[in-house]
Amino acid sequence: MSLVSFIGFALILVGLWGMLTRKNIIRIIIGFSIIDTGIHLVMVSIGYLPGRTAPIINSAVDKAQAASQIVDPIPSALVLTAIVIGLAITALMLTYAVRMYRERTSLNIDDYKELKW
Amino acid sequence: MIKKFFTIITVLLFALMVLPLLRQIAPFEELAPVAAAYAEQGPDQLGAANLVTSVIVTYRGLDTLGEVTVLFIATAGVGFLLRRDEEDQLPGDGVPRETPREASELLGSGSMLLFPLLMLFGVYIFLHGHLTPGGGFQGGVVIASAMLLLMLARVSFHLNHLIISLVESLSGFFYVAIGVLGLILAAGFLDNRILPLGEFGTLLSAGAIPIIYSLVGLKVGTELTNVLGTMRLTRTQQEEDV
Repeated sequence: MSLVSFIGFALILVGLWGMLTRKNIIRIIIGFSIIDTGIHLVMVSIGYLPGRTAPIINSAVDKAQAASQIVDPIPSALVLTAIVIGLAITALMLTYAVRMYRERTSLNIDDYKELKW
Repeated sequence: MIKKFFTIITVLLFALMVLPLLRQIAPFEELAPVAAAYAEQGPDQLGAANLVTSVIVTYRGLDTLGEVTVLFIATAGVGFLLRRDEEDQLPGDGVPRETPREASELLGSGSMLLFPLLMLFGVYIFLHGHLTPGGGFQGGVVIASAMLLLMLARVSFHLNHLIISLVESLSGFFYVAIGVLGLILAAGFLDNRILPLGEFGTLLSAGAIPIIYSLVGLKVGTELTNVLGTMRLTRTQQEEDV
């Protein structure tokens, strides 16, 4: 358990808490973004190997022995994808929020009861 | 009160669920087999110094194509949801609007200074994606932030939607076209060895990776600019557009 993964899990919990307790739709979206960031931190921390350098072959890394000198490149690649998708999802959610405000002039989640049971 | 109680229970249960996972994350001593294979064979096979880039653009190129597609669909969704029909009545319609205030001297001059630099930096990031940290997505976001600065600084600035959609569609088309060329000329879809690999570590190396990343950068940059432009449209401007 590293500090980074601990912070990542803490952020996930904070974001979940925010999503469940806030009433304002914008704040719920912010809670989602915090969860997103926490997951990214956890994923990056999984690929980290102590004492190694970034997965880029340059003067600091010997090309022949790269496998023993670099951190795992795959989690970095996955997180890059996840960040872009997260951005797209956040933009789309904010657009929904704008659209909902246009319909009802309200951003309070309690005013939208259609999907409630 | 009871709702708060249930919320606390939910969060605690979730914490309990992820706790074993958190404990098990021990720092690895060695790379996972796949990563080790990428690290050993990647540089000679693909010629890219940045292994993250070789994973994203070539080894996992199809995933990246899917990622670009997701971004495209999200952009289309934003544009679709924020469009305005003529009969739509929005809150605040009919209220006389103040004319937008011109940007302050600081913002105006700052954007004039920063805009070309940001554009150049964005292009630099995606052209050097195979050598240094960075790539198409990062470069595209920097370009979009330059455009955002321009939109903030100039009230009257209008995006040229023809150029934006032309650049976006063409870069998407050529991205797939290069992928198909890989099927014909090299080992598979999105294979970067359709061009000579060049000298390792120089700008013109790694086959088609710089070209693919440039296309991705242009596509992401124009898409995000489009999102920003759609979200920025004020009521008066939308009325002018309709």
